[in-house]
Amino acid sequence: MKFGILVNEGPYQHQASDSAYQFAVAALAKGHQIYRVFFYNDGVNNANKLTEPPQDDRNITRQWSTLAAEHRLDMVVCVAAGLRRGIKAEILAPGFNISGLGQLIQAGIEADRLVVFGD
Amino acid sequence: MSDTQANEGGDRKVKRFMFVNRKAPYGTIYALEALEVVLIGAAFDQDVSLVFADDGVYQLKKGQQTKGIGQKNFSPTYRALEDYDIEKLYVERESLQARGLSPDDLLVPVRVLGSAELSVLMDEQDVLLSF
Repeated sequence: MKFGILVNEGPYQHQASDSAYQFAVAALAKGHQIYRVFFYNDGVNNANKLTEPPQDDRNITRQWSTLAAEHRLDMVVCVAAGLRRGIKAEILAPGFNISGLGQLIQAGIEADRLVVFGD
Repeated sequence: MSDTQANEGGDRKVKRFMFVNRKAPYGTIYALEALEVVLIGAAFDQDVSLVFADDGVYQLKKGQQTKGIGQKNFSPTYRALEDYDIEKLYVERESLQARGLSPDDLLVPVRVLGSAELSVLMDEQDVLLSF
């Protein structure tokens, strides 16, 4: 199956991004495809490369970057939601790209299922 | 999905998109940013509907005044949805009643549905976006 994933919450404060990541890992392990991961609302903060959690905690941003590199994931950060929150190209972690909300609608159209992770 | 139709354009798919609005209009940004997705989505010629449930019913409340909280009153945008050919607005009956509201309190004409009817409608969708 071809999944689209929408992440609507930022890292750490909320489990949404962790759950979305674990879902993506599990789906890929089962041989499914991820059409796109779209980051919206505070979810855009997952793309911030300045993220630096304590040593003994997971680095959510890096987890996404690593997964994207391994599976050539298309990870899109909403430009409007990003600008509101200071998420710009210069602070994007590897694997993330900035684009418009049309990419979310497109994921809804092209994917077999769009799974929303939010509050 | 099985019910997805291709329109006369050939490869262009039309899916049923339902936006489920569950949060109060202010206090968090969900309502405003959900509306931004709806407006962008309108350009893709999909079959779009909106549901207002839980505190989301307050998004459609008439007479919103936001000056005191220093935020923009974006509620007039709901009245403009018609111009984007978005005409399917559903409000959950139980949510309205629990908050002492009736359709007369709302900015736009809506269809009021019970949660059981709403769940049938949700089941028929291709894409559900919940905010």
